[in-house]
Amino acid sequence: MTAILALGAILILILLAGFGSQVAGLQVVFGVAVPYAAIALFLGGLVFKVMSWARTPVPFRIPTTCGQQKTLDWIPSARFDNPHTTLGVIGRMALEVLFFRSLFRNTKVDIRPGGRIIHTPAKWLWAAALAFHYSFLVIFIRHLRFFTEPVPGFVKAIQSVDSFFEIGVPSIFLTSFLLLGALGFLLLRRLVSPQLRYISLANDYFPLFLLIAIGTTGVLMRHFQKTDIETIKAVAMGILSFSPVTAGGGALFTIHFFLVCVLFAVFPYSKLMHMAGVFMSPTRNMANTNRAKRHINPWNHPVAFRTYEEYEDDFRDKMKAAGIPVEKE
Amino acid sequence: MAEHKPDQMEFYKQEELQQIDLNPPKEGWQDQPADFRPGSWIYPTKPKHLESLGMPNPREWSPADEDWQLPENWQEIIHKKFKELLGKYRSFRIFMDTCVRCGACADKCHFFIGGGDPKNMPVLRAELVRSIYRNDFTTVGKILGRACGGRKLTMDVIKEWFYYFYQCTECRRCSVFCPYGIDTAEITMMAREMLHELGLGVNWIMEPVANCHRTGNHLGIQPHGLKDTLEFFCEDIEDVTGIHIDPPINKKGAEVLFVTPSGDFLADPGTFTCMGYMMLFEEIGLDYTWSTYASEGGNFGLFTSADVMKKLNAKIYAEAKRLGVKYIIGGECGHMWRVLNQYMDTMNGPADFLDVPKSPITGTVFENSRSTKMIHITEFTADLIKHGKLKLDPKMNDHVRVTFHDSCNPARAMGLLEEPRYIINSVCNNFHEMPENTIREQTFCCGGGAGLGTDENMEMRLRGGMPRGTAVRHVQEKYDVNQLACVCAIDRATLVTVCDYWAPGVQVTGVHELVANAMVMKGQKERTMNLRLEPLPGAEEKEANDGES
Repeated sequence: MTAILALGAILILILLAGFGSQVAGLQVVFGVAVPYAAIALFLGGLVFKVMSWARTPVPFRIPTTCGQQKTLDWIPSARFDNPHTTLGVIGRMALEVLFFRSLFRNTKVDIRPGGRIIHTPAKWLWAAALAFHYSFLVIFIRHLRFFTEPVPGFVKAIQSVDSFFEIGVPSIFLTSFLLLGALGFLLLRRLVSPQLRYISLANDYFPLFLLIAIGTTGVLMRHFQKTDIETIKAVAMGILSFSPVTAGGGALFTIHFFLVCVLFAVFPYSKLMHMAGVFMSPTRNMANTNRAKRHINPWNHPVAFRTYEEYEDDFRDKMKAAGIPVEKE
Repeated sequence: MAEHKPDQMEFYKQEELQQIDLNPPKEGWQDQPADFRPGSWIYPTKPKHLESLGMPNPREWSPADEDWQLPENWQEIIHKKFKELLGKYRSFRIFMDTCVRCGACADKCHFFIGGGDPKNMPVLRAELVRSIYRNDFTTVGKILGRACGGRKLTMDVIKEWFYYFYQCTECRRCSVFCPYGIDTAEITMMAREMLHELGLGVNWIMEPVANCHRTGNHLGIQPHGLKDTLEFFCEDIEDVTGIHIDPPINKKGAEVLFVTPSGDFLADPGTFTCMGYMMLFEEIGLDYTWSTYASEGGNFGLFTSADVMKKLNAKIYAEAKRLGVKYIIGGECGHMWRVLNQYMDTMNGPADFLDVPKSPITGTVFENSRSTKMIHITEFTADLIKHGKLKLDPKMNDHVRVTFHDSCNPARAMGLLEEPRYIINSVCNNFHEMPENTIREQTFCCGGGAGLGTDENMEMRLRGGMPRGTAVRHVQEKYDVNQLACVCAIDRATLVTVCDYWAPGVQVTGVHELVANAMVMKGQKERTMNLRLEPLPGAEEKEANDGES
């Protein structure tokens, strides 16, 4: 049901853009208003959200430790899984952000007859997540060719590596298909696994359908209904230089471009903010120096506790009778 | 034959508990009210305890009642507290905003594995709160509501919070697997703090809290009672070793203040661990003292709210200052060390009146505790053993085939993994690890942490204890393991039941019980009994032979 809701929303968006591309008067909306609104929503939302996180204090140092602590000299400590130095934290965060370290630990539980519990490594989610994110990054960088003149060397380099196999004309980009494959897997597991289906919200299906639609329209434009690259580049450069061109580019391009705008617009208001959140998670980005260095809580207000004097007043006679030393005889 | 009740483990048939369907039901979770069946929830706080702590809405009530007797404006109260917590904890904000429901955490929770209730998947446990957050605190949620995962705050939601946030042991296992480090323990703490605003808590936590406030320990042991208890332990020690110990109590000017969970004073097998500490300190001649005022290392305030945790914890530094000790050693306990390691210094420090801990026996300076001035007993003992300061005869433990249960908090909020293992390997010849996905940072909870280890919660304890119990049974079958060592007082209380049920025949022991049994003390008599006053296997034969001749 939630999946259908999300799919419906994407279809409406596609129809909207398709219709817009056919009506001359609406080209201003889809070519000018929408992209600027999307950029504003993206930047505004991103800054607001990250600022709201950053403004909120971290009252306690609460790393989740996943390895041996630093104690006695002769016990080797886990430098990254339980870091006690800034360098260690940087290492832990790098492993987390670049290689999805925690997800790599994933296991799957099976309960066998007789109550035996089997934990087996489960790396497919990790592999698909890594494939998707890196493909997306490469595709994002590849697209810079539309926004730059001259196109920087590294963009060209990445592009040539990505089309290394030189299959087809124009040659296919490996990452386009890796991206769609990974997204397909991530969608399928949500639909097929009963547990995942149960926990999935429309919020989870929406970005998946959106990205699949973006990827598909992109592939279609490159390989099937070839779109004039010069026109597209003019549109892109126009937006960046604040002198937008409303020169269309066809229905497919309008849909692709519109969906990308939607992706940017919803980004800060959706779960996609995990991109920023992963850097600021207190269980991961803090060193386990808990006992070595005092952590300050900005709202550490005083809390009344029962003092020793009050305690002794309550129990003095009993303490004296038992021969326990007291402050006041 | 007497009928068994839901608070007895015999009430539950293993074959039935093992029938676990991890597949969720057809209907969505949003509108399923919690099922308050006996054995799966904990009795609410008695009004007198809330009154003694000055906490809101004291009254007689039961979760089984339709009407929970909440104040008229309960929604407003929750909303206000929710907002306050979002402003105080970055963790809470980020954990509300970043979850992608990838499901990696789903089958990592012992309650989900052992029960199959989908709301025990950490992701859904968090969604119980997150859905309210979306609806009430995000713009998109306010507009789209249910379509984007929002829910209205209804009485059923409050009941569901009470049910499921007292089915989380704050063990942090899910947080190890989460790609964003989302820690359900943190969310559970927030939810419980909100519930307390309405007077919704459980007696098994709040009675110890009230006791600890008044008497200094969860069990409500008064000063003279504590002295009696320690002296009673010393009598047993004398029976076993022939060595007489006078326990130092509230001794001013001692070098070390020793604080342990009060569970070690009351119930076996924790008592044997406590005897172990006393024998160790006697043997090395440590100048230490017990305190009757700070007679609790554990802190059920952690399971209540940040302020209550601080209130109870404050006594440790206050007492260290009054007694004029140099530093503090803490006993074997799980959540106690979460508080001591991650909260104490921040809440009640700086402990600038204490010295950096330095072992008077080996001269080792514990740099890792430079600020807190408090070290873990296994850090202290491992150092002693490494320097050859203890005479140990591991053969004394040869009848013991031991495995080690990493307690959640020392493992995942500290990283105390090798110290206890080093000690066990030094005092036992037969040590066998449980499977790797069930130890160290992936260790499974006993099922009774965070204040859930009470008998009326028996069904959930057995279910939650199943992953641990099954792993114990595995090493029992494979290596003939007969003892499970741990460094946690809650474990020593709850794992006894878990083992009796899932791996009968396996006893629970503290690490320092094993140490004391293997330690050859200066001037001791020949040992014929262990600390449990059970005859040692060789000794029995010898006695029989002596009788014949």
